[in-house]
Amino acid sequence: MQLATLVLGLALATGLWSAVQAINTQARENYAEAAERLGINRFATLSSPSGPIAVDTYVRIRRAGWQVSPVLEGRIGLAGRSFTLLGVDVLTYPMEIAPQADEADVSPADVLTAPGRLFAHPDTIRNTEQAALPVPLVTSDRVPRGIVMTDIGTAERLLDRPGQISRMLVLASQPRDLPPLSDIVPTLKLTAPRAGDDLSRLTDSFHLNLTAFGLLSFAVGLFIVHGTAGLAFEQRRGMVRTLRALGVPLGLVMRLLMVELGILALVAGGLGLVLGYVVAAALLPDVAATLRGLYGAPVSGSLRLQPEWFASGIGMSLAGALAAGTHALWQVRRLPILTAPGQHSSGLASETAFRRQAQAGVAMMLFGLSCPWLLGGLVSGFVLLAGLMLGAALMLPLALSRVLSLIENRAQGALAEWFWADLRSQLPGLSLALMALLLALATNIGVGTMVSSFRLTFGGWLDQRLASELYITARSNEEGRRIESWLSDGQADAVLPIRHAETWIVNQPARIYGIVDHATYRDNWPLIASLPSVWDRVADGTGILINEQLARRGDLWPGDSVTPAAGWTMTIAGVYSDYGNPDGQAIVSLPLLLSRFDGVPARQFGVRISPDRAPMLKDALLRNFDLPASAIANQAEIKDRSIAVFEKTFVVTGALNVLTLGVASFAILTSLLTLWTMRLPQLAPLWALGLTRRKLARLELLRSVVLAGVTGLLALPLGLALAWVLLAVINVESFGWRLPMHLFPLDWLRLWLLALCAGAIAAALPARRLNRMPPSALLKVFADER
Amino acid sequence: MNARVWIGFWMLLQTTPLAAQGFAGLGADADGFAIPHPGAVLEFPADHGAHPDYRIEWWYLTATLKGDDGDPYGVQWTLFRSALRPDDGTGWQTPQLWMGHAAVTTRDQHHVAERLARGGIGQAGVTASPFAAWIDDWEMKAHPDTGISELTLSARGETFRYELALSAKGPLVLHGDQGYSVKSADGQASYYYSQPAYDVSGTLFLPDGPVEVTGQGWLDREWSTQPLSPDQTGWDWFSLSFDSGARMMGFQLRDSGAGYTSATWIGPDGQSQSFSDGALDVRPLKTERVSGRDIPMRWRVSLPDQGLDVEVAALNLNSWMDTSFPYWEGPVTISGSHSGQGYLEMTGYD
Repeated sequence: MQLATLVLGLALATGLWSAVQAINTQARENYAEAAERLGINRFATLSSPSGPIAVDTYVRIRRAGWQVSPVLEGRIGLAGRSFTLLGVDVLTYPMEIAPQADEADVSPADVLTAPGRLFAHPDTIRNTEQAALPVPLVTSDRVPRGIVMTDIGTAERLLDRPGQISRMLVLASQPRDLPPLSDIVPTLKLTAPRAGDDLSRLTDSFHLNLTAFGLLSFAVGLFIVHGTAGLAFEQRRGMVRTLRALGVPLGLVMRLLMVELGILALVAGGLGLVLGYVVAAALLPDVAATLRGLYGAPVSGSLRLQPEWFASGIGMSLAGALAAGTHALWQVRRLPILTAPGQHSSGLASETAFRRQAQAGVAMMLFGLSCPWLLGGLVSGFVLLAGLMLGAALMLPLALSRVLSLIENRAQGALAEWFWADLRSQLPGLSLALMALLLALATNIGVGTMVSSFRLTFGGWLDQRLASELYITARSNEEGRRIESWLSDGQADAVLPIRHAETWIVNQPARIYGIVDHATYRDNWPLIASLPSVWDRVADGTGILINEQLARRGDLWPGDSVTPAAGWTMTIAGVYSDYGNPDGQAIVSLPLLLSRFDGVPARQFGVRISPDRAPMLKDALLRNFDLPASAIANQAEIKDRSIAVFEKTFVVTGALNVLTLGVASFAILTSLLTLWTMRLPQLAPLWALGLTRRKLARLELLRSVVLAGVTGLLALPLGLALAWVLLAVINVESFGWRLPMHLFPLDWLRLWLLALCAGAIAAALPARRLNRMPPSALLKVFADER
Repeated sequence: MNARVWIGFWMLLQTTPLAAQGFAGLGADADGFAIPHPGAVLEFPADHGAHPDYRIEWWYLTATLKGDDGDPYGVQWTLFRSALRPDDGTGWQTPQLWMGHAAVTTRDQHHVAERLARGGIGQAGVTASPFAAWIDDWEMKAHPDTGISELTLSARGETFRYELALSAKGPLVLHGDQGYSVKSADGQASYYYSQPAYDVSGTLFLPDGPVEVTGQGWLDREWSTQPLSPDQTGWDWFSLSFDSGARMMGFQLRDSGAGYTSATWIGPDGQSQSFSDGALDVRPLKTERVSGRDIPMRWRVSLPDQGLDVEVAALNLNSWMDTSFPYWEGPVTISGSHSGQGYLEMTGYD
């Protein structure tokens, strides 16, 4: 039993930690590979602050001798999904996109002349989906996952952006004696190769989140191991004493115990790795889907393991066992050879220890709280989180002790007084397990509150944002114009063009939309801050709207000025919420956009029509213009798809949440078992005084439930604080938006009941043992005393 | 093999037997490309320009130079055009691809650079009048109204740069039958003319500093759709300028049999005489190991009809063009019945 809990505890801890590590490593590796393939971290790039670059500019740079390679990037719908399409000049692009020559039968003429070829990783687009593509697809594992690459000539046709270039890579090898680039193209911006890549920076928060969870799981696991190791040594005390009395040197005993612990740690670590692999493999597809959906980050859904992963798993297991066992070993070392087994109540001594712990806890909390003001940034958010959690955990024993002594003071009757006093005296042994429970419960409340707030807010926001009944994407500008004029001819209540240009705002890439003045926007658009008559300002071209991400990153709010493109300054009229989008975005009136940018595609628009007529109109559109089904999406479909992405985001968090809670109740069980041997000498006198075993067992159960219940109550404020930090600090730092906090008391109640259950289940085994204990065993306690 | 190598390889494949293996004889231009015909009359300046309806074409300039330091130098400037389809197209949609090779050879150094570009966007191309051929910043450009007789030439790579002025001292030379140059017994042919008599002067910028140079230049112009026969495995091509003022262009196309040779003798006055298969005899005297291949570095070249019997030796064994499709190209010295300098190109030694 003991062996099983020790191994299981360590295995659980290692397993959860390794799972998180495996997922993180896999994702990071994929980003690195993608960044490598896209050349982001190897080549400097040239881009234009005012939108796309003309081909003539590219030729001008080339004819000045500079070796640059053009890239045209855009979004494209393929097989019912949306992908980043990267068009490169295959003659000058410094990396390979076509598969090995002997792997695919594709000639330069196929690639370079219409219809061209698309290249994608086999994981990106499945074979079965290839029939529906407008251009034949060649699978190539040289293309990063999640994006589609093609020749720039094919890309400009598919994206309907002839003669446009998004950016240029400045190749590593350049001829000698070149004139400076700034003399040739003074308006273009040269960006040095990036040390880290964008994706890993963008997704850092996500991985930090996972890592935090992993560490939490590991910490909870360590509590278990600590408890079990304590138990193991506790039970060995007699044997150790005997051995020592027989003259075996202390050092040898210690070494043997260490070796035993080491072997157990290795076995448990191995089991943990298997467990970790299973958990990671089960969660990775969802993680991959999340990362793709939220950030467009290419992550493989399949797991590839590195030797480092094994090493770190086993290492953590060994370190964990050592950390947990040190305390127990130390006790063995200090064990006086001739003293009887302890049965003392450590109540008074522990009160001082609790107070010291609580002081440390307060210090940690204060440190955590001061961090955001001192440092700022995502990491400080996590430090705040860690400070709050650990500080609160350290304060728990004192808080519990105070609560219990309050109750104790009001208790009537000898039994009740004994019960509460005894409960308090048990705190030192149980405090670690209870801390684990507190952390698990608080995390559950915090993360649960965040997820639910997110879901509620996001649902409402989608309703506002997706006000049009149908969304249409035409294959070309020309087709777009035809559809638009057909629709405007009495077929729809209103046609709202969705036209945008790519630009840079506050030193980051952003998309700027042009809208027509329509009630749809005035009635529905989700503004979180605005000047008076905001929509009039947008309509008359004096105001610009920016999304929350941009507002928070640039600290720009209504009334401030912003520069949406070189030499163009606007007053911010409003800020709107824009969840699920990592990039900056802005909105101006359509005529203004068109006057500032050339070649703005006119392929997308929203259609307002009474919802019951929408399906008919969709059919008519598909028929009249021979559109592919993917060209028209209705509101409901888009909502479902968007919500699905967000649901996936939290599947992982939810799963880890449940696992952590499970591990925490396991910790209580092991603590109770550890205390078991010490417990008997304490219970035997009560039995001798006439309390039945059944009654004692029931009290044992009650004890555990009460502790879990009080811990659960104390976890609530901590959980809410955690939720606030997640919503107002971590979210803003990692996604750029802040969510309103919603409270869900029913969820708390459910969780509290769950905590009670956990307490009851954990105590069930010891209670049952007590209930079934032969009276002789209880008597023996007194016999042993003598 | 990366995309560039892959495409460069393919471009040159058109001129090598490898691709020819897949060709089913002369009918292979069913893709719609034009094929050369005997009796066609070349027209200038129009034919200095590009012929997009033919599959391949090149502007090939080599120069043997002497520096103010007394050392011999060789310079190469080549622009290849290769069409995926027989039309021009605009922007990125063009099927016309361009490749440039530039090199400077000294006794102990060989500097090479390569450029690839799409036609249609202006990054590379050739205009007939006024004549200009370019890829990126490399340029062969004529003074207005001089056809191709007064040129400036420039190119640069990571380690070298050159700027040369060329002035023609003789007439254009049409090879074969008035420019219709047969390449095999099966009748594969190209249009081929040269300006073999440029006086060259200018500056080479090398890692050790600039060198003023003067010497002789030779421009070859050739276009075709399918110049080789399926069993031809490579060629050895010579452009020799003798101290007597005479010149000779000669090539051997190697195959499983005796091969196919062709030569043009150009007198000091610029008058030329073509020699068909068998008149020219070239045979390797000594091979050397260069870039992992055995390549002939000394040749015996004889054209008995002109009393020519010379030995041709490479100035720098390592004149290896380590480009998308690699080959050997470099300056040579001539000794024997005639003396002088020239250029040698060898392909297909794998």
